Amino acid sequence: MSRTPQEPQSVSAGVKDLLPRLRSLLGKDRVLTEPEDLSVYAFDGTAMLHELPACVVLPESVDEVSGILSLASEGGVPVVPRGSGSGLSGGSVPSPGCIVLCLVRLNRIEAVDTDNLTMTVQAGVLTQAVADRAVAAGLFYPPDPGSIAISTIGGNVANNSGGLRGLKYGVTRDYVMALQVVLADGQVLETGSQCVKDVAGFGLKDLFIGSEGALGVITGITLRLTPPPASKKTLLALFDRMTDAADSISRIISRQIIPCTLEFLDRVTIECVEGYARIGLPLDCEAIVLMEADGHPAQVAEEAEEMARIASETGAREVRTASSEEEATRLAAARRTAFSALARLAPTVLLEDVTVPRSELARMVKFIQETGERHGVRVGTFGHMGDGNLHPTFLTNEREPEALRRAEQAMREVFTETIRLGGTITGEHGVGLAKKPYLQQQIGPVGMEVMRRLKSTFDPQGILNPGKVFD
Amino acid sequence: MTCAQTATPSGPAGADGNLLKGLDYSVLQQCMHCGMCLPACPTYVATLRERSSPRGRIAMMRAIADDRLEVSRTFAEEIYFCLGCLACVSACPAGVDYTTLFEHARAEVERSRVLAAPKRNIIRSLLVNTVFMSRRRLRTMGRAMRLYQRSGLQWLVRRGGLRYLLPRSLRQLEPLAPAISRRFTEAVFCRLYDRRNPPQPRFRVGLLVGCVQDLAFADTNLDTIYVLQQNGCHVAVPRAQECCGSLHAHNGELESARRLARANIDAFVPESLDAIITNAGGCGSHMKRYDHLLADDPDYADRARIWSARVKDIHEFLLEIGFRRPQSPPLQQRVTYHESCHLRHGQQVSAQPREILRSIPGVELVELNRADWCCGSAGIYNITQPEMAMQLLDQKMVDIQATGAHLVASANTGCNIQLECGRHRSGATVMVTHPVTLLAAAYRRETAR
Ligand SMILES: Cc1cc2nc3c(=O)[nH]c(=O)nc-3n(C[C@H](O)[C@H](O)[C@H](O)COP(=O)(O)OP(=O)(O)OC[C@H]3O[C@@H](n4cnc5c(N)ncnc54)[C@H](O)[C@@H]3O)c2cc1C
Ligand code: SF4
Ligand code: SF4
Repeated sequence: MSRTPQEPQSVSAGVKDLLPRLRSLLGKDRVLTEPEDLSVYAFDGTAMLHELPACVVLPESVDEVSGILSLASEGGVPVVPRGSGSGLSGGSVPSPGCIVLCLVRLNRIEAVDTDNLTMTVQAGVLTQAVADRAVAAGLFYPPDPGSIAISTIGGNVANNSGGLRGLKYGVTRDYVMALQVVLADGQVLETGSQCVKDVAGFGLKDLFIGSEGALGVITGITLRLTPPPASKKTLLALFDRMTDAADSISRIISRQIIPCTLEFLDRVTIECVEGYARIGLPLDCEAIVLMEADGHPAQVAEEAEEMARIASETGAREVRTASSEEEATRLAAARRTAFSALARLAPTVLLEDVTVPRSELARMVKFIQETGERHGVRVGTFGHMGDGNLHPTFLTNEREPEALRRAEQAMREVFTETIRLGGTITGEHGVGLAKKPYLQQQIGPVGMEVMRRLKSTFDPQGILNPGKVFD
Repeated sequence: MTCAQTATPSGPAGADGNLLKGLDYSVLQQCMHCGMCLPACPTYVATLRERSSPRGRIAMMRAIADDRLEVSRTFAEEIYFCLGCLACVSACPAGVDYTTLFEHARAEVERSRVLAAPKRNIIRSLLVNTVFMSRRRLRTMGRAMRLYQRSGLQWLVRRGGLRYLLPRSLRQLEPLAPAISRRFTEAVFCRLYDRRNPPQPRFRVGLLVGCVQDLAFADTNLDTIYVLQQNGCHVAVPRAQECCGSLHAHNGELESARRLARANIDAFVPESLDAIITNAGGCGSHMKRYDHLLADDPDYADRARIWSARVKDIHEFLLEIGFRRPQSPPLQQRVTYHESCHLRHGQQVSAQPREILRSIPGVELVELNRADWCCGSAGIYNITQPEMAMQLLDQKMVDIQATGAHLVASANTGCNIQLECGRHRSGATVMVTHPVTLLAAAYRRETAR
C-alpha cells in the first residue's frame, strides 16, 4: 500500500462490457455507476484508504450473486465483496477497476430452529438483527463486536470477528455451522450442516471463515445459538495506573477465572466516550476495566466477588457494581463507541488490533505508552483485554505529513514488539490492506506460500478481492 | 492505493465561491466513516444505498471540497432527500456537526443552481423568500386560508370534485394544510395574559410564537404562556419578532436566515431576559445555533452568543427551574410521546417532556416504539418529498396505534401537523396534542376544583 496519490481509476474496459449484462441481471437501479455513488463506496471504516470502484452492484438473491460472479470471471474483472463497510483493515476498500458487490440487500432471516438451536440467515443481515431474533426465540447469539449495530453477519464471518464476550464465548467462528458460498466462477458451494458433529471431507467451511472475501462470497450462514445465561453481573474497576489494570486482568486469567467480558479503557478513551455517551464514567483515573460475569447466579456471584478482590489487590482504587441491567447495558453500549469516539480528538485515527499472550498485557500497555511519548503521538488504548486484544489508537492528522510519519513509525514499532512477545498483528480486524505489509513477518514464508496456493485453488484468475491480505 | 485526500485546505471562502470548499475543513474531516450512524438514518434504512446515508452524504461533500466530485443534480437531489432529522448527530460518537454540513450543502446546491427550474424557482421564492420572511404577510395568508377552510370551499375541494382542478403538486399539499387558529397569539396575549404576569417574577422570559405555530397552534402558545406564568415567570411576546429562520437555513437560504436572526435578536433584546422560550423543537434547535449563523457578523456575533445561551425549549426550561407539579384531580388519560427530531437530536431534549407528562395526575405514559424515528414532516420535506414522507408517516401511525393511547403528545409544529394528517390518512382515533397543553389543562383543573 503506497500512500502516494494517484488519478482515480477510470472505468476499466472489462467492466464497461459487462454493464449491460449486469443491468439486465439486476435491473438498472441496482447497478450503480454515477460518480456520486462510486465516491461513497470508495472506503470502509479504515482511515486513509480510498479507491473508486468501477461500479457497485446490489444483489438480492444467491442466484444474482452467482450470476454476477459468472459474468465477472468471464470478463476477468475483480470483485470486492462488501457488507456494511465497517471493516477496520481496508478489506472492503475497492481494488482498482473493480465491481463492489454489496450484500446488504441479502437481509432475510430464513429460519430459527428452536429444536436444534440454530438460525439460518442471509449474509447481509445485521449482527444486531441476529442477536435480537435469538432473544425473541428465547436463545442467545453471543458474538457482539463493537460494531454489532451496523456490521453484517457475512462481514463478521469473513473477518471472523470477535466481540466483548469473546473471552468466555469465543468468536464468530465458534458459531458457524454451515455456509453457503458463491465461488469465483459462480458455482454455489454448500458446506457444513446443522449437525453438531460433521467430519465429512475436509473442513471447507472453516477455510472461508476469516477469508476476508478473497476465497468466495458468503451468501448464507447457519449459526449455532446457545441458551441465554440465567443471570449477569457487571463491575467497573477504576485504576490510577494503566499497568495495574493490565496486571489485574492477567491475574484474573491466571487464577482460572473466565468471565464473559474484561474490557479495558485508558484515560484518553474514557474522556472521549464520556464526551459522547454522558453516563457518568469516572474522569479522574488512568484506566477502567469493565467486567461482566454471567451464568448460574451462584457462580456469577462468586466470580464477581473474586474479580473484585483481585482488582483491589492489584491496585484498583474502587470497584463499582452496576445497579441494574439498564446500567450494565449502557456501560457496554458506551464501550462499543470507543473507537469512533476517539475521533473527537483528532481528524485521523490510526487503529491497531494487536493481540498478545495475556501474561504480557502490562508489558505491552507500557510499551505502547512509551512509544507514543517517544514519537510525540497521542495514543488512546482500549480493547478486549481479557482476550489479550488491544486497540492502541494513534491520533494524528493525515494532512500533516510530519505528524503522520511519526504516528506510522510508532505503529510499526508496536507491531514489531507484538511479534517479539509472541503476539499477533491482528486479533479480529483482519489483514486487508492496512496490515498487509506486516503479514509475512508474522506468519513466515511457508505460511505465505500455503495461503497463495489456497488462493489460486479457489480463485485461479485472482478476481476475488485482489490485493488484499497479500499480493 | 491512493491517499484519502490530498487537496490543500481551502481559504475562508472557496476560490470559486463554493460553500463546501469555504467550510472549515475539519468539520468535514470529523467524520471517520465508521458507519455507526447508518442504522439511525431513515433514508438509508429505506434504501440501503450508501449515498442516502449520513456517511455517504458527508463523503460526497468532502469529495466536492476536495475537487473530486462536482456539485451535480444527483448530489443536489440526495441532499434534498436527506430529512435533516439529525438522527445521525445523536448516533455519531465522533461528534460530527452534521447540521452545519447539511446547511452548507443545501446552500451550495442553491448557490450553484443545479436544481434551478422555473417552477421550482417561483415556488421557492414565494415561500421561502416572501411569505416566510414576514409574519405580517404570513398572517394575512393565514386569514385567507381560514376563510377558505371555514367557508365550505375546503369541503368542496376535498369532497367535491374541485380537487382535480388544482395542479397535482397543490392537490397533494392541500390535505397537509393545518387548520388555522381563530385568533393569533399576540392579540390574545395583549387582551388577557399580559396583565396576569406576576408582579415579582422569578424569571423574565420572552416567547417565540413561531410562524406556522402561531397560525396553526396559537392555543399551544397561550398554554405555554399560562404554564410559564403559573411558574412565576414574567412573559413577554415581542411584537417585532419574526419566523426563527430554520426553514430558510435548512433550504439553502443562509442569508435570509441571518436576516431573520438579526431581527429576532433586536426584537427580544436577549440581554434583558433570563430565557427565550420556544415550544417547537424545530425553532429551538435552530435558534440555539444563531451563534454559529452570525459568527462572522461583527455587529451581532456577541449578541448571538448571549442569545444562543439563553434559548430554552419550554420543557428543558421547566425542569431547570423545578416546575410546579400540578395538584389537580386525576384525569385518566393514556398518552404516548413522539419525539420531534429537532428536540431529540437537535437539542438532546428527551427526558424532560416525558417527565412533564408523568407529573400530570392521571396520565399513563406509554412508550412509543421508535419514538425518536422521524415522522416525515421534517420542515417542508413532506411537501418536497411526499413519497418518503408518507412512508415514514404511515409507519409512525402504526407504531402510535400499537400503544393503544388516546393521545399522542409531540412538541414541534411540523410534527403536530404531520401527525394530524396521519390521523386522517389512517383513520386513527388518537388525538394529537402538545405536552404543555396537557400540563396547562392540569393547572386549570386545579382552580376549577
Ligand atoms: C466502531 C467499530 C467497532 C468495531 N468493533 C469490532 C469488534 O469489537 N470486533 C471485531 O472483530 N471487529 C470490530 N469492528 C470491525 C468490523 O465491524 C468488523 O470487521 C465487521 O465484521 C465488518 O462487517 P461489515 O459488514 O461492515 O463488513 P465489511 O467491512 O464490508 O467487510 C469486511 C471484510 O469482509 C469481506 N466481506 C464482507 N461481506 C462478505 C461476504 N458476504 N462474503 C465474503 N466476504 C465478505 C470484505 O471483502 C472485507 O474484506 C468494529 C468496527 C467499528 C467501526
Ligand atoms: S457521521 Fe459519525 S457515525 Fe457516521 S460515519 Fe461519520 S463518524 Fe461515523
Ligand atoms: S439528517 Fe436524518 S436523513 Fe439526513 S443523513 Fe442524518 S439521519 Fe439521515
